[in-house]
Amino acid sequence: MTQQQTAGPPATGHADLAEEFLDRQTPLSRIRNVLHRYPALSPAIVLLVAVVVFGLLNDRFLRVENLSLITQQVSVVGTLAIAQTLIILTAGIDLSVGAVMILGSMVVAQLAVSSGMPGPLALLAGLVVGLAAGALNGFLVTRFRLPPFIVTLGTLNIFIALTLLYSGGSTVRGSSMPGLLTWMGSTFPVGPVRISTGVVMMLLLYIAVAFILGKTAWGRHVYAVGDDKEAARLAGIPVNRVLMSVYLAAGAVLAIGAWIQIGRTNAASPNAGVDLNLDSITAVVIGGTSLFGGRGSVWGSLLGALIVGVFRNGLSLAGLDVLYQTLAVGVLIILAVSIDQWIRKVKS
Amino acid sequence: MTATEIQPANTEVRQPILQARNLVKTFGRVVGLDGVSLDLYPGEVLAVIGDNGAGKSTLIKCLTGAEIPDSGELKLSGQPVHFKRPQDARAHGIETVYQNLAVSPALDVASNLFLGREERLPGPLGKIFRVLDTKGMRRKAKEELTRLGISTLQDVTVPVENLSGGQRQAVAVARAAAFGSKVVVLDEPTAALGVRESNQVLQLVRDLRDRGLPVILISHNMPHVFDVADRIHIQRLGKCAATITPESHSMTDAVAIMTGAATA
Repeated sequence: MTQQQTAGPPATGHADLAEEFLDRQTPLSRIRNVLHRYPALSPAIVLLVAVVVFGLLNDRFLRVENLSLITQQVSVVGTLAIAQTLIILTAGIDLSVGAVMILGSMVVAQLAVSSGMPGPLALLAGLVVGLAAGALNGFLVTRFRLPPFIVTLGTLNIFIALTLLYSGGSTVRGSSMPGLLTWMGSTFPVGPVRISTGVVMMLLLYIAVAFILGKTAWGRHVYAVGDDKEAARLAGIPVNRVLMSVYLAAGAVLAIGAWIQIGRTNAASPNAGVDLNLDSITAVVIGGTSLFGGRGSVWGSLLGALIVGVFRNGLSLAGLDVLYQTLAVGVLIILAVSIDQWIRKVKS
Repeated sequence: MTATEIQPANTEVRQPILQARNLVKTFGRVVGLDGVSLDLYPGEVLAVIGDNGAGKSTLIKCLTGAEIPDSGELKLSGQPVHFKRPQDARAHGIETVYQNLAVSPALDVASNLFLGREERLPGPLGKIFRVLDTKGMRRKAKEELTRLGISTLQDVTVPVENLSGGQRQAVAVARAAAFGSKVVVLDEPTAALGVRESNQVLQLVRDLRDRGLPVILISHNMPHVFDVADRIHIQRLGKCAATITPESHSMTDAVAIMTGAATA
């Protein structure tokens, strides 16, 4: 950039010089700007470093069977994280994702096994359960104007209770279910790797949701509502309708999560996945999506879920107690949010 | 693009584009507006000033659909209109820039300009998959900024939060002025800005006026008002105390009328 600008009146030239002076960046602020622009970049770097480090620590880590196992372990939380991302993008939070998924899986399994409903119909019933749960959360958030944290804290307990009441506390084994219900747990070979159908389903969901968030007006409105609700309303966006549709979409994703969960555990258990709600929030937060809404990407959440999976797997291969895995995840969360805060300080 | 052909300023057609007659608005026993009339002519900047509680916010809200007046009438280009919601006013071409800057910080300039009126790709991609025409919107955003003479925003792909206060205000103003709007209402556009940025925004207001777009400007800042306004509507105690021009009265006169120490 030359200092002498021939074009434009001198006054503008001076203004440009002043602006140029203000824009002068340190290397650190330049890094911050890049991370700010691509929110999925920092979790990608963390994942890459983690994979390299754990690979060096233990040569079993990088074996294809182990990597395939990690993806399978991540498939359920990864799916819940999609629903969680949608809601966190609107500056909300959903504590009930795990409970909704378990309720859905119990309804699907019970209908298929006890009532003899055909597999596809049972799955459809699960979808209805997911949508109904999402509608309840969305209704309470938009109509009663309650904070999503409180709403989903309440519905978390309601859904857990409903699950136990409905199932009588008993687990339904996968072997007694129609094949379609456990299909998500089946694997197929791709070269030397075995990929599970559940992982493929999760990835398809990620592609679909990333497409919708990035390429459609609805996606843009989700970001706008989470960014600044009042600004979105003044711009003519039907804020409540957008919020409601987000909770419904999350409910539909959770219903598919229920299907993946049945396949992954080869059972439907009312006591499974108690802490899945927190795990999904962890994945989203580590993935760089801001809890204040309007910022982040669904791909970051996949990376976040993979980071947690890689840490748990890598630490256990390194022979560390499960408690240290939990400790590491805790440190990761705090680091991720600190980085998010630092990145958000970007100003011109 | 549905941008209407904007008439150059100072045409001899002196029919008001926006007319308010005897607007009354009460809040319980408090009288917000006590029969206020206002005319806005094409190609002028009309400033609305007044002390706190004088009714200028209520007046603006009634003009922009945020409040429904108890009585009185509103005419746009001679046609009676009734606004129940801000969207109604917007649909009629009255765009408002709110004091708290209704822009989404994380979205880029082009997305903000098209927020709430996004355009989709032609063909099956847009119709079935509802894919946004991001490139097209960016191109149109650039065209619109050039047309409005807004030179401070060069790159429409920058997130708004990376912009200075003046540039953000420019985004908000551009959104209000773009896409064939008839009237732009600016609520305290310079309140949060520094000297240089305020000057940029005031220049923007002049540019809009010179392109024939009438502007209603609400401000507390007398120098700014006297700098850009063609006429000044002074609210006092829910009524219009006077409508003056910067030529006919001094700032001191205006303050005196505003506070009731003098009459016009």
